[in-house]
Amino acid sequence: MKSLHREIPLLDIRNLSVRFNTDSGVVHAVNNLNFSLRKGKSLGLVGETGAGKTTTALATLQLIPNPPGEITSGEILFNGQDIRKMTEAEKRLVRGNRISMIFQDPMTSLNPIMTVEEQIVEMIALHSPMKGSRAKKRALEMLDLVGIRPERAGEYPHQFSGGMRQRVGIAIALACEPALLIADEPTTALDVTIQAQVLELIKEIQKILHTSLLLITHDLGVVAEICDEVAIMYAGSLVEYADLRTLYRKPMHPYTQGLFNAVPKLDSEPGGRLAVISGLMPDPVDLPAGCTFSPRCPYAGEVCLEKPCGMKEYETGHFVDCYFPLRNKGGDLG
Amino acid sequence: MFRLHNNSMLKYTLIRLKRNYLAVVGFIILFFLIITAIFADKLAPYGYAEQNYMMIRQPPSSTHMLGTDEFGRDVLSRLIFGSRVSLQVGLIAVSISLIAGGAIGAVAGYFGGRTENLLMRVMDVQLAIPTILLAIVISSALGPGLFNLMIAVGITSIPRFARLMRAAVLSVKGMEFIEAARAMGASHFRIIMLYILPNCMAPLIVQSTLSVANAILFAATLSFLGLGIQPPYPEWGGMLSAARPYLRNSAYLSIFPGLAIMITIVALNCIGDGLRDALDPKQKR
Repeated sequence: MKSLHREIPLLDIRNLSVRFNTDSGVVHAVNNLNFSLRKGKSLGLVGETGAGKTTTALATLQLIPNPPGEITSGEILFNGQDIRKMTEAEKRLVRGNRISMIFQDPMTSLNPIMTVEEQIVEMIALHSPMKGSRAKKRALEMLDLVGIRPERAGEYPHQFSGGMRQRVGIAIALACEPALLIADEPTTALDVTIQAQVLELIKEIQKILHTSLLLITHDLGVVAEICDEVAIMYAGSLVEYADLRTLYRKPMHPYTQGLFNAVPKLDSEPGGRLAVISGLMPDPVDLPAGCTFSPRCPYAGEVCLEKPCGMKEYETGHFVDCYFPLRNKGGDLG
Repeated sequence: MFRLHNNSMLKYTLIRLKRNYLAVVGFIILFFLIITAIFADKLAPYGYAEQNYMMIRQPPSSTHMLGTDEFGRDVLSRLIFGSRVSLQVGLIAVSISLIAGGAIGAVAGYFGGRTENLLMRVMDVQLAIPTILLAIVISSALGPGLFNLMIAVGITSIPRFARLMRAAVLSVKGMEFIEAARAMGASHFRIIMLYILPNCMAPLIVQSTLSVANAILFAATLSFLGLGIQPPYPEWGGMLSAARPYLRNSAYLSIFPGLAIMITIVALNCIGDGLRDALDPKQKR
């Protein structure tokens, strides 16, 4: 994967494995995950619920609740430095300041008893020498950047609508101009028109501040709007990884293709059934021995059931975890 | 007065509180009690230890509005001075249990695991001992006196605060904004102080108000048993205890201290109930 780009990636995750020790067994949430993200670029991490996307994001910030969670192996290199090896105090300096996060549900991710201005000031006070009126000024600038009028700075989260709150969340996350922004399904809790606004905003600010973006979503349409690269995640590991155009033009993994087929098309027959990938994601407590997708894969051969394939570079920069990648079949979202 | 923050939670709470007739009455009574306690030496017609052997156990009259006790001391003056003790015990004992119990509960709830188990089991052990017995043991070990009384009363209600706090912290801890605060790089201490505690205040405020009433009652009980404030300083429970032999002939000696205790406690309970309703976000109207 390093052959792709010579510069040191901003975020380089290598062989990351996370598991949760629960009463019903060990949940293998993330298994040998590899990806990297360059400065100023954006990567979409796509997968269905329970694929380990959020766990990956939390692992990056070292916020996996322990117990029951545990990072069992891997390196999380941020600017070449392994976050896992940092002391707790060093990690706190990275969180919010260098890497910050936008959460899924803006209804619950803001402190209900602090005004939005205070919450942004809080972030600034944690990481910069700015104090008092200067921090306040900065907070108002951030609110202006996300399109909230300064008169509303003294209001509480419950006085804002969902979309506005997510804007506040973005303002907080970006207040210290982090090098990396992790957005964990930032638009899932919002309705479609607000979704578009928020995505537009993230895209715009990302350009202004040259922030790298790790966008976690299950919506291929959202990825198509703002990402440069896409990683498809399934049952705790990546199954396909390429830049946006390549992947959308030519998805090679049967799972990726299934995802594209499942997107309803405008010209499909009314009343017709939607395409689905049959079956369910395997129980992360009891993953199959071979390829994790093999139980649902229409093309699976014997070798697929025996041992996992591992990521292979089938074209330059196009990695697929499959013995029998599908060629010459395009998705039609790109 | 305070400059209220535009649309703040405090303002909403006050508005809702004002609609509650009983709570307003409770606050008025409490206000008068506090004034009485502060200006006791100005308000009382006689000194609390001023004896008059010509006027022993006189029923209420124009010179002694609430009568005199077995040493000829003015009951009204003694009640007025007694309010100082009751309010002090109520406030300080509850502060002790609020701070200690709150800290224990917050740490147990936030960190969980072994820390929580250890702390909460200690609390459970204390809960297993009857409170009155525990208070008697503590105050007889420390010796009588106002301050020791407060400590004894304070310690006995620590577990209740710890459990309440733990439950409140547990419900707030799971919220996404705590995770967001961690993602911002806030330290554990900062998260507890700025994010968790302020969000746990509502049940604690209510419990504290109700506990003040309880603590006053408890102090009165201990004084009744002779473990609280020592004579000649008046304490409502102690006065009640001293009046017991004269119940048949001079009933007013027990009625007035009893009334004082009752009115104070009813007032505090009304305030507590009112606050509970006012702080309940589900009742936003």
